Amino acid sequence: MIAYLIRRLLYAVPILLGVNLITFALFFMVNTPDDMARIQLGAKHVTAEAIARWKVQHGYDKPLFYNAQAEGGERLTQTLFTQKSLSLFALEFGQADDGRSIAREIQTRMWPSLAVAMPTFFIGLAVYLATALMLVFFRRSRLELAGVVMLVVLMSISGLFYVIGGQFVLGKLWHWAPISGYAPGLEAWKFLVLPVLVGVVSGIGESGRFYRALFLEEIHQDYVRTARAKGLSEARVLFNHILPNAAIPILTGVVVVLPRLFLGSLVIESFFGVPGLGSYTIDAIQAQDFGIVRAMVFLGSLLYIVGLVLTDLSYTLVDPRVRLQ
Amino acid sequence: MSVQPVLLASDVLLAILLMALVAYLVHVRQQPPLQATWRRVTRTALGRVAGTVLALYLTVGVLDSLHYRPALPAQGGQAVQYSNEVLSVLDAVLTPLRTGVEKTYSAPMATHLYAKETVTLASGEVVRVAPPLKHWHLLGTDKVGQDVLYLSLKSIRTGLLIGTLTTLIMLPFAVTLGLAAGYFGGRVDDAIQYLYTTLNSIPGVLLIAAAVLVVQVQIEMHPDWFDSAAARADVRLLALCAILGMTSWTGLARLLRAEALKLRELEFVHAARAFGVGHAGIVRRHILPNVGHLIVISVVLDFSGLVLAEAVLSYVGAGVDPATASWGNMINGARLELAREPIVWWQLAAAFGFMFVLVLAANLFADAVKDAFDPRTAR
Amino acid sequence: MRFLFIVLALLLTGCLVGCQEPINSPHLAGLAADKVLFSAFSERPKHLDPARAYSENEMAYLGQIYEPPLQYNYLKRPFTLEPLTLSAMPEVAFYDAQGRVLPADAPAVRVTTSVYTVRLKAGIRYQPHPALAPDRVLTADDYIYQIKRLADPRVSSPIASLMGEYIIGLNDLGVAIEQKLKRGVAVDLVQEPLSGVERVDALTWRIRIKGKYPQFLYWLAMPFFAPMPEEADRYYGTALMRAANLTLDSQPVGTGAFYMAENDPNRVMILRRNPNYHADYYPTTGEPNDAAAGLLRDAGRRLPLLDAAVYSLEKEDIPYWNKFLQGYYDTSGIASDTFDQAIRIGPDGRPDLSPEMRARDIQLATTNRTSIWYLGFNWLDPVLGGVHDPERARKLRQAVSIALDWDEFISIFLNGRGLPGHGPIPPGIFGFKEGAINAVVYQPDGRRRALAEARRLLAEAGYPHGRDARTGAPLTLYFDTMASGPESKARLDWYRKQFARLDIQLVVRSTDYNRFQDKMRKGNAQIFEWGWNADYPDPENFLFLLYGPNRKQGKNGENAANYSNPEFDRLFTEMKSMDNGPARQAVIDRMVQIVRVDAPWVFAYTPKAFGLRHGWLANAKPNPMAHNTLKYLRVDPVVRQAYQRHWNRPLLWPVGVGVLLLIAMVYPAWRLWRRRLRMTAVEGR
Repeated sequence: MIAYLIRRLLYAVPILLGVNLITFALFFMVNTPDDMARIQLGAKHVTAEAIARWKVQHGYDKPLFYNAQAEGGERLTQTLFTQKSLSLFALEFGQADDGRSIAREIQTRMWPSLAVAMPTFFIGLAVYLATALMLVFFRRSRLELAGVVMLVVLMSISGLFYVIGGQFVLGKLWHWAPISGYAPGLEAWKFLVLPVLVGVVSGIGESGRFYRALFLEEIHQDYVRTARAKGLSEARVLFNHILPNAAIPILTGVVVVLPRLFLGSLVIESFFGVPGLGSYTIDAIQAQDFGIVRAMVFLGSLLYIVGLVLTDLSYTLVDPRVRLQ
Repeated sequence: MSVQPVLLASDVLLAILLMALVAYLVHVRQQPPLQATWRRVTRTALGRVAGTVLALYLTVGVLDSLHYRPALPAQGGQAVQYSNEVLSVLDAVLTPLRTGVEKTYSAPMATHLYAKETVTLASGEVVRVAPPLKHWHLLGTDKVGQDVLYLSLKSIRTGLLIGTLTTLIMLPFAVTLGLAAGYFGGRVDDAIQYLYTTLNSIPGVLLIAAAVLVVQVQIEMHPDWFDSAAARADVRLLALCAILGMTSWTGLARLLRAEALKLRELEFVHAARAFGVGHAGIVRRHILPNVGHLIVISVVLDFSGLVLAEAVLSYVGAGVDPATASWGNMINGARLELAREPIVWWQLAAAFGFMFVLVLAANLFADAVKDAFDPRTAR
Repeated sequence: MRFLFIVLALLLTGCLVGCQEPINSPHLAGLAADKVLFSAFSERPKHLDPARAYSENEMAYLGQIYEPPLQYNYLKRPFTLEPLTLSAMPEVAFYDAQGRVLPADAPAVRVTTSVYTVRLKAGIRYQPHPALAPDRVLTADDYIYQIKRLADPRVSSPIASLMGEYIIGLNDLGVAIEQKLKRGVAVDLVQEPLSGVERVDALTWRIRIKGKYPQFLYWLAMPFFAPMPEEADRYYGTALMRAANLTLDSQPVGTGAFYMAENDPNRVMILRRNPNYHADYYPTTGEPNDAAAGLLRDAGRRLPLLDAAVYSLEKEDIPYWNKFLQGYYDTSGIASDTFDQAIRIGPDGRPDLSPEMRARDIQLATTNRTSIWYLGFNWLDPVLGGVHDPERARKLRQAVSIALDWDEFISIFLNGRGLPGHGPIPPGIFGFKEGAINAVVYQPDGRRRALAEARRLLAEAGYPHGRDARTGAPLTLYFDTMASGPESKARLDWYRKQFARLDIQLVVRSTDYNRFQDKMRKGNAQIFEWGWNADYPDPENFLFLLYGPNRKQGKNGENAANYSNPEFDRLFTEMKSMDNGPARQAVIDRMVQIVRVDAPWVFAYTPKAFGLRHGWLANAKPNPMAHNTLKYLRVDPVVRQAYQRHWNRPLLWPVGVGVLLLIAMVYPAWRLWRRRLRMTAVEGR
């Protein structure tokens, strides 16, 4: 087990290195350090000296990959790639272009992200599973047909529609919740209602159908027939037999994304003014702040790999036949 | 009127795609079992309706892909000069809609402008009235008075291209890499798995946004590459498709890898190998035909997701060129209109409506295809 | 559906349990009952260091916290400077090259040095702050320290190079610090000498300026020249503070009426009343109409009138506007999309509030912004510029100037909230002449010249019907802009439509900020749009945008069109140091006439600001120059709370409909459930 974990973590290193290389290359194809300096220094009265000074202060005055002017090993270490990208492996995120510490920013912003993403995810999962189970329970009835058509319709609607519609109807017309905003602590709940609701509803079409397909696959198995033959009620068959057996494919999809909940949702957060990591990332993309984008991409990849490992671990929990070596 | 045909890069790709479609249809005709499967798709009412709607959209898209430059009125003694404006056959068909421009907003089927204007009457009195419209607009007009129906129809091509070209670009990668990983195993498998785990691990929107930025900058830095605004916008659209393709091939590749892993251990493959058939021959003759249904299913399933993704990407700022007509651009521009009082809803509604019909048809069609091709549900 | 029901139940019980405030209030509970102003910011301020901040949204905070020596009178127009922390206006003396004192009316060429003597009021105290002793008072040293910070390369102040041209010794100080830093020597700004600034006593200091520069007084009203206690700089300079994101750039320390109590730029910024604020009173006189408008009701009262101001992050217009209508923000601008809801144009053509707004007791205030928008032609461009074929290009520029119908633009995009431009100087600034028209574009009766005239000019320029007369090739022009979002699509479409009226095809090249700046610096753009906001109310601040030596290409100045005309440049140097009066006006008139004929810009428009506020907010008078306006505002929280409750009753009928819908759906499901429970093992077909 421990050997397995260590192997997986070692395997993560080349992946993260590749991720770093990709983002680094992408970003410096867009932005030279001069560009970054200009964005930060503002529009009026910017001189060449001020730009040069900014680059020195923020460590952007080095070559990208190879420093011909340095000595020995420093030829590789005194470069932007080593200094700006590889330090991430030590979880040193450095500073954003405006001089604020990214690590600090991530620490404060992950809570609002979690506050939105966690309820959305778990309520969503419960709703989707319940919908799917109900559809399976009522299979080959008009109710099911109506439900499936409903799901297809729901999933054919653009996600932006739910956001815009939700804000307009629930926030503006009915006064049920603040249109947007956020507050820390207990007062957060009223700000969460709308984004969580929108998040759950917008996923119902696709996920409901997905889980329904999973359950339908199980329903033709022999063990289901056996269970029914024992005289179990249909509800019992569904909950006690089909649900646990469908757990593995459900877990495969669910556990991977769990760690990424930290990163929040880009669209929901920026529409509803939630000060989480999702809106942080969108702002950074729009302001072309490489420091933040790089950190978020790295974090995203790291959490994805953690998610993969967690998925494997969770298999051993639900299915005793699985052993990790 | 003499015209000069213009062939944009995306037109060429779309033509290739259509030819591939025709080739596939011919192929289906020659294969009775395959033909029977497709019959099952069109046998259901839903499948037929959805197919018809898709065909309609496709017709509009194809008409909008036949580009040309009209000739300018001749001036004595000079060679014929062509306008810089690139039009399409659809534009020609919709000329009344395209040129019937109002000053600003008008509601669907309205007779007067939506916004009032300050007008000085002959008597010197100043009043605020809504001036009458010059034309009739089924779906109204937008902020600068363009016909919303025209814009929605023009957006069809963008939506279709994103849904189909992405697949076209991604298929070769997904199929070769997926099958190679599964069939050869070992080092090849490791390398390909590394590649797609790495790509997968980067949050999708971030990767797309960054790549779109790169392309945009390249386009900016080389304005001389393109002879018209249409070509610039076109390249950006293609780039978006390419980027979406690059990030979305991993799913299908993984599926194909698993399938190839299973298939290579089957007896007929062993037999072929024993007869000395080369790797290429085995993959082409024994593996590929057996994963065909997977490819068809995933292509139709991906289509609707991609059309929807375009709108979200436009919001993030990584969508198509703002000058390109697209539902994403329409929705994004029209979001603010909801705050108007009285509210301007038709542009948003038109974009959502057109997109909804296409995506719904695509989803229903995909369901019909899946049911027909999936050996477990097919009867 | 079931989930929705749970949420509803939660919502309703949550409110029953006891919230005095409406359920949809976006603010922290309890705040609305106090004398607090609610406003918003759309973008977090990048810099709150007074030596670095330059943009409008940063000034909105700094103006309340930091106090430069001077301020603009809140009510008076034209804009008038008055002492803020000074006991009197600064005294100025002129000296010639030999160091002899010159009379005040000496010609500018003879003046080599101007000396400003500045005297502080005694006993002004700072806000409470851990870095400062409780009895710490404001001294001349704090102001001198800040001027030195302007030169410090580590601070990278945007005005360092500009001020270096005027303040004696400032550049030398910058160089000296830079060299010390390179050698790794510690720098203590208190010890560093600055030859142009002299401390006379604890409350008095002198600044020496090269030549005559009357505009310098305006700079003394900007936060760049606010005092900075060196203790605060040292306090925030440590690595520990930086790691916690606590720097002078985010934690201002000032003597102003308010201090920054909470700075969470991701969510909210709160300013609170400074308990140590010095004696400062609401002005007792204003413009003639001010008394009638109720702006003098608080005359003579001790400032500030608010206890706090809460600024929430609000990135988009729609939510802001909706919350304003719900009573959760006290003020709002009017977006073009909400204009018709808010404003009715009265029979006399003047804007007035719509009945809906009146019913809500919302008030309107309008003012001309001190800014201009223009479309620039790159003077270095072979087709449009003034270098290659000046006569032909000028006609082309004039044709375009006529064809672009700004009145239509203003009516579509600004709902009439703008004045079409006639020259480079906006109203409200000395040199602007009411009713003087740009004869190149307008007829003497004030109407825009006909399109036919533009076509004629176009033909004379060698492009009849938009086609090159020699080759017949269609004329294509390129428009560079950094507006690339879908929001700007409508505007870009409009430009295209306007050029098409002359049969010119306009190709829009939209790029991001960097690429655009790069093009401008290299002089590669052809046509571009740009605006300028007054730094101070003096024509020099606008005319220098066309001054040749100040060009963008090669010189990195603010003359983005790279315009150059020797006569204009000569007049500019003359005008710069003159005092306002008929002589200056005459020079300015000649300069304006030159640029109208040369047409390096299409003078687009000056926007008018329309501000809305709720009736419970008093003393709001728009003042585009002053930044420290918060201290004059007053709110009536009782009225506000009553309105908020009245406007935000949650609608309950959808709940009933939802319940009915649920029952309608559950009943068939329940029947089916009963049937299914009795089902047999083998599925019945």
